[in-house]
Amino acid sequence: MNVVTVAVDLAYLVAAVGFVVALHLMNSPATARKGSRLSWMGMIVAVAAALTGVIHDGTITTTGWVVLSVCGVGGAAAGLAMARRVKMTDVPQVVSIFNAVGGGAAALVAAGDFVRLAGSPGISSRVMIATVLDVIIGPVTFSGSLIAAGKLQGWVSSRPVVFPGARLITAALTVIGIGAGCYLLAGNDSTAMLILVVCAALAFGITMTMPIGGADMPVVVALLNSFTGLAVAVAGFVIDNGALIIGGALVGASGGILTVLMAQAMNRSVLSVMMGGFGTGDRGPAAGPAAAGAGASIRRITAEDAAIQLAYAGKVIIVPGYGLAAAQAQHEAAELAALLAEHATVFFAIHPVAGRMPGHMNVLLAEANVPYTDLKEMDAANPEFPTADVALVVGANDVTNPAARRPGNPVSGMPILNVDQAKSIIVIKRSMGHGYAGIDNELYTNPKTGMFFSDAKAGLAEITASVKALVAS
Amino acid sequence: MTTGLMSDIYMFVLAILVGYEVITKVPSTLHTPLMSASNAIHGIVIIGAIVTASQAQTVTGYVLAGVAAFFAGMNVVGGYGLTDRMLQMFRKPPAPVSHDGTKEMS
Repeated sequence: MNVVTVAVDLAYLVAAVGFVVALHLMNSPATARKGSRLSWMGMIVAVAAALTGVIHDGTITTTGWVVLSVCGVGGAAAGLAMARRVKMTDVPQVVSIFNAVGGGAAALVAAGDFVRLAGSPGISSRVMIATVLDVIIGPVTFSGSLIAAGKLQGWVSSRPVVFPGARLITAALTVIGIGAGCYLLAGNDSTAMLILVVCAALAFGITMTMPIGGADMPVVVALLNSFTGLAVAVAGFVIDNGALIIGGALVGASGGILTVLMAQAMNRSVLSVMMGGFGTGDRGPAAGPAAAGAGASIRRITAEDAAIQLAYAGKVIIVPGYGLAAAQAQHEAAELAALLAEHATVFFAIHPVAGRMPGHMNVLLAEANVPYTDLKEMDAANPEFPTADVALVVGANDVTNPAARRPGNPVSGMPILNVDQAKSIIVIKRSMGHGYAGIDNELYTNPKTGMFFSDAKAGLAEITASVKALVAS
Repeated sequence: MTTGLMSDIYMFVLAILVGYEVITKVPSTLHTPLMSASNAIHGIVIIGAIVTASQAQTVTGYVLAGVAAFFAGMNVVGGYGLTDRMLQMFRKPPAPVSHDGTKEMS
C-alpha cells in the first residue's frame, strides 16, 4: 500500500460520508438542497480519486482514455439534457430511465471484469459469485425500468399485460438464468453462458414488469430503484471498491423503505403488486352489485355553489389526487389556494400515493409555487379535518373512502385522509367512475358532500373565477 | 483497494443500516427528490466504469467499458441535475411573520 492508494481510499471514504450526510439533510425541505450539493461534491471527490488511481496504476491504454472520456461525456450530456427538459409530471419516467442505466452500467462493469479474466485461472469464487449476481440483477433492473418508463410515458400499455403462459415463461426464464448462473459458479468461465444469463435476466425484467398496472407504478419504481442500488453494491464486490458498496447499499435501503411505504399506503403487499393483474381502474363485473350504486343519492353542485362555500370558509383543506396530476391542474389548484389564503387558512393534505411515484404530488405543487409549509403529510393533516370548514377533493378517490375503516372490502385497512370529518366537502371529479379499488366511495353519498362534475383543470379554473367575482362584489 | 471479502460484507451491511436510519427520517413531502438523490448516488457506478476502462485491452473490453461509461455518466449527471432542479422549487412561504396570525389563533 503506497501513499496514492491510501489517499484514493480515503477520498472514497470522504465521498461515502458525503452521501450519508446528504441523505440526512434530506429530512427537511430547508436543508435538502444543501444536502444535494454535498452529495454532488462527494461524487466529484470520488471520481477524481478514481481517475488519480487509474493514472497511478498506469494500466489504462490511450484507447481506454478515449473510450472513457467520449462515452462518459456523451452520457453526461444526454443525462443533463433529460434532467433539464423533463416536465415535472414526467419525472417518474426519467427516474426510471436513470434506474435502468445505473443497473445496466453495474452489469456491464461485472461483465467487463468477467471478459477480462475469462480463461485465466485468476477468477476467485468470490468475484465469480458477485459477477453472476450482478449480471442477473443489473439486466433485470435495466429492462424492467425501461418497461416501467414506457408504461409511465404511455408508449407501453399501462394496463397489466397478461397473456396465457406468461407465468410459465417467467418461471422458465428463472430456471434458465439460475441454471446458467450455477454452471458459471461451478468454475466454468464460459462467455456464452454469461450471455445466456444476461439474456434470460433481460427477458425476466420484461415479463416481470409487463403485468403490473399503471396504478402500482409508485411501488414498482421504488422497487427498481432498490434493485439498482443492489446491482451497484454488488458491482462494488466485483471490483472490490468500498465507494460502490456503500453508495449502492444506501440506495438499496432507500428504495426498499420507499417500496414498503408505498405498498402500505396502497393497502397491498409488495408480492401482490409484483404478481400483477391489478390497478387497471374498474374491475368490471366483479364490483357489480356495489357498482350499481344507484340507491344512494348524491348532491350535485355547480362551480358557483362551490365558490360560495369556499369564499366564506375560514379553513380549507385541499386534497389533491392522481386526477389532478393527470389533468395537469396543479397550477390552477395553487392559484385557488393562494386566492383563498387571503382570507382563510388553506393547506394541501397529501396522501403518500398521490401522483405516480412516491411524493410526486409535492413536487408538482412546489413547482406551482405552493410553499412547502402548506404541503402536509397524511399524519399531520388528519387531525385538522374536524376543524376544517371545507375539504376540497380534487381527483382523489380511494384514499378518501371512509369504507377503509371497516373490514371486509378491498380498501379495508388502507390509510386514508379523514376527509369525511370536515364540516363540508366538495369533490371535483369527472364522473362517478371508480378508483383503482373498483368500489363505490361512500364519501360521495355523504350528505355533507357536494359533487362538482368537471375536469380538474377546468373545474378549478371555474371555481377560482367565481370566488374572484364574489370577493370583488 | 484490496479490502477483502469480509470487510466488504461489513461495509455493505452497515451501510444498509445507516441508510435505513437516515432515510426513515425523510418526510414524505420529499420522497420524489429523495428517490432522485439516491438515483444520483448510485451513479457512483461511474467509478466502476472508470476501473473497467482502465483494465480493458480487447475490443469487447472497450465496448463494455464505453457503454458502461455512457450509462453511468447519464445516471450521475442526470440524477444530480434533476434532484437540484426539483429541490430549488421547494420554497419557504413568502412572508412568515406578517398577517399569518390565523395559524396561531386556530
